[in-house]
Amino acid sequence: MKTLIECKKACRVKVLKLNAATELKQRLISFGIMKGAEIEVLEHAPRKSTIEIKVGKMRIALRAEEAKLIEVEKI
Amino acid sequence: MSNIEDMEGKACPVIANHIKVALVGQPNVGKSMLINSVSNAHLHVGNFSGVTVDKTEVLFDYKDYHFTVVDLPGTYAFTDYTIEERVTHDYLCAEEYDIIINVADSTNLEKNLQLTSELLTMNKKIVIALNMSDEAQKEGIEINADYMSELIGVDCVKVSAATKSGIEELIDAVLRNHENEKEQAKLIFSEPVEEEIAQIVWYLDKHKYEAKNSHRNIAINLLKNNKKTYTKLHDNPIWTELQPILVEANKHIELHHDSDDIKEAFAEEYASFNRGVVTEVVKQKKELEKKTLTEKIDNVLIHPFLGIPIFLFFMWGLFQLTFEIGAVPMDYIDAFFGWFGDVVGATIPNEDVRSLVVDGIIAGVGAVILFVPNIIILFIGIALLESTGYMSRVAFLLDGFFHKFGLHGQSFIPLVTGFGCSIPAYMSARILKNDRDRLLTLFIIGFMSCGARLPVYVLFAGAFFSPEMAGNVLFLIYIAGALLGLIAAKILKLTAFKGADEPFVMEMPKYRLPSVKLVWHTVLTKTTMYIKKAGTFIAAASMLIWFLSNYPHNIALEEEYGMKIEKTIDEKEKRDLQNQLSTALLEQSYLGTIGKFSEPIFAPLGFDWKMSVALQTGLAAKEVVVSTLGVLYALGEDVDEESNTLINAISKNISFPSAIAFIVVIMIYLPCLAASIVFTREAGSIKYFFYLLFFTSVAAYVMAFIAYNITKMIV
Repeated sequence: MKTLIECKKACRVKVLKLNAATELKQRLISFGIMKGAEIEVLEHAPRKSTIEIKVGKMRIALRAEEAKLIEVEKI
Repeated sequence: MSNIEDMEGKACPVIANHIKVALVGQPNVGKSMLINSVSNAHLHVGNFSGVTVDKTEVLFDYKDYHFTVVDLPGTYAFTDYTIEERVTHDYLCAEEYDIIINVADSTNLEKNLQLTSELLTMNKKIVIALNMSDEAQKEGIEINADYMSELIGVDCVKVSAATKSGIEELIDAVLRNHENEKEQAKLIFSEPVEEEIAQIVWYLDKHKYEAKNSHRNIAINLLKNNKKTYTKLHDNPIWTELQPILVEANKHIELHHDSDDIKEAFAEEYASFNRGVVTEVVKQKKELEKKTLTEKIDNVLIHPFLGIPIFLFFMWGLFQLTFEIGAVPMDYIDAFFGWFGDVVGATIPNEDVRSLVVDGIIAGVGAVILFVPNIIILFIGIALLESTGYMSRVAFLLDGFFHKFGLHGQSFIPLVTGFGCSIPAYMSARILKNDRDRLLTLFIIGFMSCGARLPVYVLFAGAFFSPEMAGNVLFLIYIAGALLGLIAAKILKLTAFKGADEPFVMEMPKYRLPSVKLVWHTVLTKTTMYIKKAGTFIAAASMLIWFLSNYPHNIALEEEYGMKIEKTIDEKEKRDLQNQLSTALLEQSYLGTIGKFSEPIFAPLGFDWKMSVALQTGLAAKEVVVSTLGVLYALGEDVDEESNTLINAISKNISFPSAIAFIVVIMIYLPCLAASIVFTREAGSIKYFFYLLFFTSVAAYVMAFIAYNITKMIV
């Protein structure tokens, strides 16, 4: 399974599953990161500690630990 | 109306109709700006999530109505995940109000509708303000507001807080909705969900269940596992029959969504409803650019390698400007207060009163006013950082680094606010949802040197370094403070605040050109606050310090020196004797006694009793440190024509290692009384204040001791 952290810059993916615990899952959903959402990877911080993604028109920063919990497939 | 009594004195008595409006929206959609343009009130507006950390009320009158608008903290979804979300959630659920204005960002409607669609199941009248319509137009986004109103059964009004268009229409819509009966919002779900809703509604209808909210909304809330609705129905006899229906319904919906989480399933339901609405009402006229301007700027500013150097350069530039430009009017201000003191002093015949006014109040307040230019520049810098949206980028860049020290990337926002003033910084720490993270951030905010400490630094940097170096020294002091804060964070994380790390999920807002009016307003409010503090609190403290340093009078000592002075003919010797007298008098004053008493404690740091006293008065506020030094050195200083400024007095009387140690203490110990009170409130318990007091005092003492001895070895 591929997760969001493995995606390269400018890669476009679709969310398959959120493997987060309830609270974090709610948080991600409230930012529009949910099953079926399309995500574009915009930027990586040094050493991939944080990534910037785009969901719809919103840009969101995520830490690598959280990005690992998001299962995606390439589109 | 619930709050007519509260209004007394504020409201015009002729106006009898009150409307209480709750202003709700996602973060960074321009709620505060909208409220500003609606009422011409002045709230703080920033371009990062979490400006409105507490609800703010604004009052204004319009057409026979008295409006109370409650600006609630921004929330992405109708949950109680963070403190801000909790404030909004609890207010909307429990408080009395008449109508909701839901502010949405027209340029990103689909995302904003996520909150809107959740609000629709509440039993409240709603008007939707489609804000930033001017920006949307520029981006070629056209929203058919009338069609949207019809489609979801809620009035939607296009507004722009920036250009102040549509504001009147919005208030008219609020009035219209207030006067008319509530219309049922049209929130439509997928077929399986609608089936289950219909079944529950049918059941509630059959048993004639009485409730304020519609049966449909109750059904939706039940399916969503809304706790409140559950508790309400739980005690009703129909519950026994209703429960199995609900269990089946939830299973059905979860199966349909291939998820074992009903909340996730509903989030998807809402999302597809929103997508449907947006498809119907929004037309994208212009072809979307491949890369928005924000993304182009981000390519540089959050570049993996260039990002952090650019940030450091900005900060360095800010401190350079603070010192360089700030120094220009300083001589004039200094000269003005010197002249002003002389002029005022000449009109007062009584020597004690003259000394109180000139050496006490004017010297004390003047020493604080002197730094207004520096403060203004620093505040402009922070206001720009906030309002452009760069702050979130820095949080993004620094999260990896911060994380190593046990901090959260979003801690950056309260920490950088701390460079301005610790009080709003403590308050903005609320954006951190985890209590441990928040406490940790609260503990180290004090390490970020606030604006009030700037005068002390400017004074000492000016006294010991050449003007070309002073700006760099200032930058270094701030960086050193911040680094010490990080180390302190690591120590605290490993000892007091152990625990799992919190997730980092943060919106990166669009870059916006800072509005001159807004920056001006923020800077003006903060500067006025600083000056007001100088005029009231600092003036009072200066008077107190003057009193403590002038009393008790020692007549024997005065007579003894008076005789000596009379006997000598040499002018220079006379002056020397005069100085010896004032020094002797000062040393036996109340303040001198306190200083002497505490001197042994501070002796290992190389502080004389004057510095010890200044540090102690500085517990009240950091500005008082400067005014105390001003009063103490104005009284006991060598009276010499060219060197009557405080800077000179300091460079003459204080050794370099002592000065360094003094700066270190100022950097680390408690910010001020007011901040300590806010800290205690935000931390939630007085015990944390005593921890903070202990922690900062010990750290300040130890670090200053090290700094003093190292500097002594080098110099």
